[in-house]
Amino acid sequence: MGERVGLEVSLAVSEAVKLARAEVIAAYPITPQTHIVEELSQMVADGDLDAEYIIVESEHSAMSACCGAAAVGARTFTATASQGLALMHEVLFIASGLRLPVVMAVANRALSAPLSIWGDQSDVMSERDSGWIQLFAETGQEALDLTIQAFKIAEDKRVLLPTEVNIDGFTLSHVVEPIEIPGQEEVDSFLPPYEPQVILDPEKPVTMGPVGFPEVYTEIKKQQNEALLGSYEVILEVWDRFAESFGRAYRPIEHYRTEDAEILINMAGAMSGTARIAVDMMREEGKKVGLIRTRLWRPYPFDEIRNAVKGAKAVAVVDRALSFGGQGGPMCSELRSALYPLTEKPVVTGYIAGLGGRDITVENFQTIVEDTEGVLTDGPREEYKMIGVRE
Amino acid sequence: MAEDKPNWREYPMAATIHSPGSATDQNTGDWKSMRPERDSAKCDKCGICWIFCPDAALYMTEEGYYEVDLYHCKGCGICAHECRKEAIRMVEEGE
Amino acid sequence: MAETPGDLFLPRLLPLQEFFAEGNRGCQGCGAALVMRQVLKAAGPDTIVCNATGCMEIISSPYPETAWRIPWIHVAFENAAAVAAGVDSGIKVLRRKGRYHDRRINVVAVAGDGGTADIGLQALSGALERYHDFTYVCYDNEAYMNTGIQRSSSTPYGASTTTSPSGRESIGQKTQKKNLPMIVAAHEIPYLATACPSFPLDLMDKARRAFETVGPTYLHILAPCPTGWRHASDLTIEMGRLAVETGAFPLYAVVDGKLELSMKMDRRKPIIDYLKPQGRFRHLKEEDVEEIQSRVDENYERLLRRAELDAGG
Repeated sequence: MGERVGLEVSLAVSEAVKLARAEVIAAYPITPQTHIVEELSQMVADGDLDAEYIIVESEHSAMSACCGAAAVGARTFTATASQGLALMHEVLFIASGLRLPVVMAVANRALSAPLSIWGDQSDVMSERDSGWIQLFAETGQEALDLTIQAFKIAEDKRVLLPTEVNIDGFTLSHVVEPIEIPGQEEVDSFLPPYEPQVILDPEKPVTMGPVGFPEVYTEIKKQQNEALLGSYEVILEVWDRFAESFGRAYRPIEHYRTEDAEILINMAGAMSGTARIAVDMMREEGKKVGLIRTRLWRPYPFDEIRNAVKGAKAVAVVDRALSFGGQGGPMCSELRSALYPLTEKPVVTGYIAGLGGRDITVENFQTIVEDTEGVLTDGPREEYKMIGVRE
Repeated sequence: MAEDKPNWREYPMAATIHSPGSATDQNTGDWKSMRPERDSAKCDKCGICWIFCPDAALYMTEEGYYEVDLYHCKGCGICAHECRKEAIRMVEEGE
Repeated sequence: MAETPGDLFLPRLLPLQEFFAEGNRGCQGCGAALVMRQVLKAAGPDTIVCNATGCMEIISSPYPETAWRIPWIHVAFENAAAVAAGVDSGIKVLRRKGRYHDRRINVVAVAGDGGTADIGLQALSGALERYHDFTYVCYDNEAYMNTGIQRSSSTPYGASTTTSPSGRESIGQKTQKKNLPMIVAAHEIPYLATACPSFPLDLMDKARRAFETVGPTYLHILAPCPTGWRHASDLTIEMGRLAVETGAFPLYAVVDGKLELSMKMDRRKPIIDYLKPQGRFRHLKEEDVEEIQSRVDENYERLLRRAELDAGG
C-alpha cells in the first residue's frame, strides 16, 4: 500500500520517475520544471536511483540524447517547458518517427516573446502534430500516476511511441498536495523492465533513421499514425490495469456534474479545479452546468468527446493557449472539428484565458457560461473571446 | 509499379533497415564511363589501389592480385592514378 | 606515424572486412566515403555510429539500401554528439544492469564539417565536456557538400562556394578556416588527431588509438571532394597528399594535452601546387596565393613551436 504525503507536485513527478526505474535521464533546467530535474539529480547522486544522468547543454541535446539512449534499449526520461520544448521541436518529430518510447514531463509555460516564466498551455499546443502521446494532469496524484503509466504505454510493443505528461507550470508543478506514493514493489509488478524490440546492437546491426524517398515516406507516416491511433486501446488497458493495482481509475475525459447539463465547460489541466467550484456555484443558482475535462489529448478521444456532449446545448471550451490569426483556441477548434460530422451537435463557444500565468478565477468561468448563454439566445458574436483582457 | 511495392503494414517499423550492407544491391558500376584495366605483369600486389578505393570495389584474388568489382566500380580512376607501377589504366566503357 | 616508402606494402596487412559497403551513392572519387571505409576498418564490428545529416548519411542510407554493416542511427543535423552521448550513457547503465554486452563497444559520432564546426559545435562541446566515452569523427570536405557546395566555417580562405562565391567584388570565403582541432583541444580531452585518407596507415593508427582510449576522443579527417573542390575524380588522394605536404592540412595528434606532429616538415611544397588543380581556387590572383602561403607558413611554424615545447616540457 502506498504512503500518503504532502508533496510538491514536481517532486511527485521525480518520485514517479524513480519508481519507474528510469535508466537514462537527459535534462536541461528551465523554469518551472527545475524542481523535477533537481530532485532527480539528487536521487541519482544519493544512489536512490540507478540511472545515468546526462546534464546536457541544451534541450535539443536533451531530446537527442534520449533518442540515443532509447535506441540502445534504456528507459529514458526528460522534462522541460516552454522555450525548451520549442527548442526540442524537430527532435520530437524524429523521436516519434523513430518509434522511441521516451517519456517526458512538460511543466506547461507560456512562450516568448515577451518572456514569460508563468504557466499556460501554448508550449504543448505548439507540438500537437509531433506524433507524441499527450496527457494532461489536473492534480498532483494524477501527475505521479500518469508519469508511471506513461512508461508502460510508451513501451508497449503495440505502441512504441514517445509519451508526454503535461502539468500546468506553477499552478500545478509548484503546489503541495496530498499524494499517495505507491510502493516500489507494486510499481515493479505494474511496470516490468523495458523490453525493446529493435536496438543498436553489434550482433544484429540495423540502420535506424534512413532516408525515406517519396515512394516510402507516406507509408511510414501511415504506419506511425496508425500506431498513435491504436495506442488508444492500449491506454485504456493500462488505465484498467492501473485501477486494479492502485485503485485509481482514469478515463480520456473526466465528467463532473454532466448528467443533465445544458452547458458544458471543457478544458485541460489544473484550471479544472477552479472550474469545478464555479460549476457548483452555478448549479446552486439553478444553472445546468457541467464540466468535461480532457485528460487524453493525443490520440484525440473522438468517441468520448462525441458521447460526452450528447444532449448538451452548448460546450464552452477554455483554452490556455492562443493560436494567432486563426481559430483562437486549439482545443476549441479540435472539438468543433470532432463534432462536425454529427447531425445533432451542441453550439461550441471558444474562450482564451490564463495566458502567461494570469489567474483563471471562478468569476471567469461564470462570465464564460453567461456569454455562452447569450450565444445560445442571440447567436455567435465573435470567433472566440479572450477573457480578462483589458480593452 | 505500385503493385510490387510494400503496403504500409509491410514496412519494418520506422523504416529501420534490417539487412546490413544492402547497398550492395545497387549497381553503381552503371555510373562509369571509364573502367580500370589491370596488367598483372606490372602489379606488385602492394594493395595501394585497394586501400584507396572509396567504394571498396577491389577485392583480393587467391593469387593476391586485386580484381575490380565492375558491378560497383564507379570509374573514378583513383586506383589508376595512384598505382606506382602503372599497372592500371582507365579505358572507355565499350572498348 | 605517417608513411615512409617502406610502408607501401603494409596495406596488405590491413583487415579485409568492409563495414562501409560498396553500392553506396557517394560521388565518383568521394574522399569522405574513403574516410568512412578506412575509419571503420580500424573500428571493427563492435561499433555503433551516430551519424549527423550530411553527405555520409544521405549516400549511405536511402531506404531500403544501407551501406552500413554495423549498427547506425541518424537523428538530425546538429546532434551527432548528443545522440552518441545518449548511446554511451544508455550502454553504461544497461551494462550495470546486465542488459548489454560487457565488451568494449566503440560509440562513434560521425558528422561533416558543417555538422561539426557550425550547427553541431554546441553538442560536440557539451559531449566533450561531460567526458563521454566516445569518438567523434569529423569528415571535413570543407563545405556543405550534400546540399550543393555551400560554405561552412571550415571552408578555407579564398575558396569559392555557392554561398561564398568568388565574384567581381569577392574573393570567395572571406574568413579563415575555423580551427576545429584546437577548439577540441581546449576541452582537454585525452586524445585528438588530424588525419587524411591519403595516408591510410597513419589514419587507421590514429583511429584505433581514438577508439581504444577511454573518454572523449576526436578525429578531424580531411575528405577531398572532387564535386565540391572541382577537381578530377581520380585526384582525390593526390589532393589529400598535397594538402598535407604543403602544410595546408597538417597531420598531428594531441595526446593528453601534448601536441605531436605526425610528419615534421621543415620545408613544405608550395601552396600553389595544392590550389592549382582545384576549380574552387581558380579565381585567385598571385597576391592571394602569396597571402595564403604566408598564412599556411605561419600556422605551420606555430605548430612546430608548440610541438617542440610540448616535447621538451
